[in-house]
Amino acid sequence: MDKKNDKNKTLSRRRFLTGTAQAACATGLLGLGLTYIAEKSKVHAAQALRPPGALPEDDFLAACLRCGLCVRDCPWDTLKLAKPEDPIAIGTPYFNAREIPCEMCEDIPCAKACPSGALDHHLDDINEARMGLAVLIDRQNCLSLQGLRCEVCYRVCPLIDEAITLKRTHNERTGAHTSFEPVVNPDVCIGCGKCEKACVLEEAAIKVMPRDLAMGELGHHYRLGWEEAEKAGKPLIPDLLDLPDRLPEGTKL
Amino acid sequence: MSKQKRNPGQEASETLGWWHAHRFMILRRLSQITVLALFLLTPWLGANWLGIHLIDGNLSSSRILDTVPMTDPLLALQTLAALHPLRLTAAAGALLVAGLYWLIGGRTFCSWVCPINPVTDLAGVLRRKLDIRTSHRLPRTARYWLLGLVLVLPLVTGVLAWEIVNPVSQVYRGLLFGMGSGWMLIVAIFLFDLLVSQRGWCGHLCPLGAFYSLIGKASPVKVNASRREQCDDCMDCYAVCPEPQILPIALKPAKGGGPVLNPSVLNKRDCTRCGRCIDVCAKQVFDFQMNIKFSRQAPDTSRATKRSLAK
Repeated sequence: MDKKNDKNKTLSRRRFLTGTAQAACATGLLGLGLTYIAEKSKVHAAQALRPPGALPEDDFLAACLRCGLCVRDCPWDTLKLAKPEDPIAIGTPYFNAREIPCEMCEDIPCAKACPSGALDHHLDDINEARMGLAVLIDRQNCLSLQGLRCEVCYRVCPLIDEAITLKRTHNERTGAHTSFEPVVNPDVCIGCGKCEKACVLEEAAIKVMPRDLAMGELGHHYRLGWEEAEKAGKPLIPDLLDLPDRLPEGTKL
Repeated sequence: MSKQKRNPGQEASETLGWWHAHRFMILRRLSQITVLALFLLTPWLGANWLGIHLIDGNLSSSRILDTVPMTDPLLALQTLAALHPLRLTAAAGALLVAGLYWLIGGRTFCSWVCPINPVTDLAGVLRRKLDIRTSHRLPRTARYWLLGLVLVLPLVTGVLAWEIVNPVSQVYRGLLFGMGSGWMLIVAIFLFDLLVSQRGWCGHLCPLGAFYSLIGKASPVKVNASRREQCDDCMDCYAVCPEPQILPIALKPAKGGGPVLNPSVLNKRDCTRCGRCIDVCAKQVFDFQMNIKFSRQAPDTSRATKRSLAK
C-alpha cells in the first residue's frame, strides 16, 4: 500500500482486483468465525438470570449495550457484568440467585437505568417482573419432602402463600405424619431467587431458572375444553350424546 | 524505510527542552488516566461524597452527573443493524458523542481516550528500542472492511456480534467491572503489535478507529505542517507517527522543489491528533489548527504564512 500514489495512478487494475478479492475473502472468513461465536453466545447457563424487565434473550442480545449502568444502580450488588469466562454472553448483566438474589426494589432502579431499552423502562411493578421461575428440582433431597419441618424456601418467599404454598401430603415413610411440600405457582413467581439462596442444603433443591427453560409450552393449536366453555359461556358440544340403548330382544329397562 | 530511528525526538529534546518534546504525549496519558479515574472514582464518590455521580457506566454507554447520556455511536449503529429500536436516551447519547468527536477531531478518541492506545504505543516504542523490523504488512484499508463486517453481522446474527470480541469496550469494562480473563486480550494485542505487525491493531484493523476516521474526516481540529519549509527531512515524525502514510502529503514540497508557502494540513482522515509529531520535531514544523470558518478568518492566515510573507 506504500507505493500507492495519492491519485491511484500507479495502481493497476490487476492489483486492485486481487487486493479487493483478498480483503473480501479475509473479511468473509472472519465473519464466519464471528457468526459462529455470536450464535454460541445466545446459549447461556441456567443459573445466570437476567435483571427485571429484560427483553426475551434474543432481543436482549440485540439491545444490551453492556454499559453496566444497571449494575451501578443496583443497591444490593446483585447484578454483575459477565466476564469472558462467565457462562453468559460477555459483558451482559446477570445475577446468580444462589450468590445474591434480587431484593425486589419497588422503584426498580436497574430497569430505569437502562439507556437502550434492553431492560423495559415501563416496568412499574416489580411483581410483574419475570426474571425466572423457581423449580423444586430435587425432590429426593428436599428436606420438606422427606417429612422434615424445613420449609425455609416458603418462609423467605417475598410472595409467601402466593408464589410458594405448602401442600400437605401423607408421609409414606412413617405412615403417621404429614409432609409439607413447597409448591411454586408459575403465575405469581417472579424469580427473585430468595428461595434458592435460602435453601439449607449444600446444593439447593429449589432453583430459579430462566422461564423458557423451566416451563413447557402448550401446542398453539391446543384448545382446553373447559376454558373454551367458560369463554363461550356454554359447553361447546351441545349435550351429552345419548346413544340408543340396544337391548336383547324381549327385555325391558 | 531502510533504517529505523531508535531515538526520535532526541534533537527536539535537546534544542527545545524535555517538556516541549514530550508535552502532547504526557497530556494524552493524563487525559487517558483522567477519564478512567473519573469512571473508577464515581461509585466510591457516589457512596461517600454528597452522592454525586460524576460519570457512571463505561465507554459503551455512560451517564454524566446522573443526567447527560453518552453512547458509543458505532455500538448504537450496531443495535440498529440488529433491528432493535434504541431508546431515546442511548440514541441522544450516540449523537452527542458523534458530534463531540467530530468537533475535536474524530480519531482524537483513539489517542486521547482509548485504553488500547497505551498498549499499542508501548509495543511501538519497544519495537523501535529492540529494533524489531519484521512486520507482516496489512493493508491500511483492512479496518474499513472490518467496519463493514461489524455493521453487517448484527443483521445476520441478530446479536451485537462484535461486542463479544471488541477489545476496546472489553478492556474498559474489565477495568471497571472486573477483568476476569480479559487481560489475555490485551496481551494478545500487545504481542500482535510487537511481533507480528507494526501498528497492526490501531493502524490497520480496529473498526472503531475506522469509524472515528470517517467522523473526523471533516473535523475542524487538525494537525498542521504550518512551517514545513523548515523541515530538514530528519524523519523523526515518520518514526513516531502511528499513521505515517499521511505525512508525505504534508511534507512533500510543491512542484519545483524548495520550501513552499502554503501551509498544508494533515487532513487525511487517519490522523489520530496525537500530537506526537509536534513533540518530536526539532524544527517545529507542526502545530494544531482549529479550522472553523468564521467570516473574519480566511483558512490560510496561519502564523507560518504570515511569517513567510513577512520575510
